[in-house]
Amino acid sequence: MLYAILCYNMEDVVGSWTKEEDDLVMERLGAVQEKLAKSGKLGPVARLLPTTAATTLRKSGGEHLVIDGPFAETKEQFLGFYVVDCASLDEVLDITRDLAEANPGQGSYEIRPIGIFRPGSNFQ
Amino acid sequence: MTDPSWIDAALTAARPQAVGALLRYFRNLDIAEEAFQEACLRALKNWPKNGPPRDPTAWLIFVGRNSAIDTVRRQTKQQPLPPEEVLSDLEDAESTIVEKIDSADYRDDILRLLFICCHPDLPATQQIALALRIVSGLSVRQIARAFLVGESAMEQRITRAKGRVSSGEIPFETPDAFERAERLAAVGAMVYLIFNEGYSAGSTEVEARFPLCDEAIRLARLLLRIFPTEPEIMGLTALLLLQHARAKARFDAQGAVVLLDNQDRNLWNQTMIAEGLALIDKAMRHRRPGPYLIQAAIAALHARAKRPEDTDWLEIDLLYAALEQITPSPVITLNRSIAVAKVRGPEEALILIEPLEDRLSGYFHFFGVKGGLLMQLGRKQEARVAFDRAIALANTPAEAAHIRMHLDRLSQN
Repeated sequence: MLYAILCYNMEDVVGSWTKEEDDLVMERLGAVQEKLAKSGKLGPVARLLPTTAATTLRKSGGEHLVIDGPFAETKEQFLGFYVVDCASLDEVLDITRDLAEANPGQGSYEIRPIGIFRPGSNFQ
Repeated sequence: MTDPSWIDAALTAARPQAVGALLRYFRNLDIAEEAFQEACLRALKNWPKNGPPRDPTAWLIFVGRNSAIDTVRRQTKQQPLPPEEVLSDLEDAESTIVEKIDSADYRDDILRLLFICCHPDLPATQQIALALRIVSGLSVRQIARAFLVGESAMEQRITRAKGRVSSGEIPFETPDAFERAERLAAVGAMVYLIFNEGYSAGSTEVEARFPLCDEAIRLARLLLRIFPTEPEIMGLTALLLLQHARAKARFDAQGAVVLLDNQDRNLWNQTMIAEGLALIDKAMRHRRPGPYLIQAAIAALHARAKRPEDTDWLEIDLLYAALEQITPSPVITLNRSIAVAKVRGPEEALILIEPLEDRLSGYFHFFGVKGGLLMQLGRKQEARVAFDRAIALANTPAEAAHIRMHLDRLSQN
């Protein structure tokens, strides 16, 4: 079954890492990803730019309202996601623990089983 | 377990909001700073043991406020501090305080804290130093290093600047929309100054000064988070990102300046460029371009060009013309002349900048550009005179070395 692992964290804290700290986290996450990729379990991975770069289109009453910024004002922001292929929830949880362990931040990881998955174009 | 680097980042991230709120409570910068310092010390003791709080900023404000109240009480009554356990159990208190401090207060607190650093009596370098100390929380040693001065000199400079600020009236009333816009403009300009302090460094100082560029970008993003619909703040953030994206390509291994045309574009930071371009797209929708946004749009045209010859100089010329309209300045006209030279040739560009000579007679770049245009036109003798003046006015050894390279080329041909 395919699962999305949605990563939430306090973006102002993540944004206060020094470049060296950020590089180190990326390196550690990279190691986890490599292991997953080798076993054929890793699908698309994305790290999102800060929410300040976000735009929201809200459809209400037939109107399309374009708003600067993310849809929800929350303490933790949606900062990235993984798609993984796993046999069970336990297996996804193990992977998520590895990812959480590689990241010194706090934050939450929401595990969502995927209904429809289309990988689309293979972007470079 | 709570990672120490996470705690550091959390304290840094919380600082502008927390010190801003404490300043509102105590109306005294020194007390606010000490209170935050004390709260940080307790966080370092408490968080690894008890786990981090759900809302680190609210925790720090709450603990900082209590400790400052205690200090004031102790000084008056010599009462002992409450035991640590009382402070550790904050779960309930935390949620009530979060409710009480609404987001509008937060926004004005941060803006006020930055705004008091822009005191008009303070020279630019002192404004920057003060903001780095108070808002960013850099140590005096770090700031001294970035400004290439001794630690005690910087300590004095900051103390003096603080004295000016606290003896003046700090505006505590909630600003109206007009005042808020004025404050935001002043603060934006200061963030730009911080960036430039880092960006204008010569190659040998770059290592020490890069953190200033990163810090300016962090502050710009902070402003954008609290004012998410301001196109000029989007423009400012984009401008800083697009300029900083080229940082690695700006100097060669020997420390000489590498001009845009000769930079290795593979060294440009594509993530920063992507964020900058996204912000410009967002800002353009508001249809009221200001100076930062236009400058960012110019930087974006360079960033989008895969090779130097792909640069859309025609559009750059138009954007500079728009910028001249909004903020007329000889330096902008000088910059425009580079686009004019590409689009309509060096002769036209020279005609454009010749009237500026009186006002830019002490400006290195004017004579650098003039010499370059004369060289393109084959007027070697005049080019040499202009380059000689540029060297005399160079701000860094790298700038002078770059002009000398042109002079060498002139004498070879």
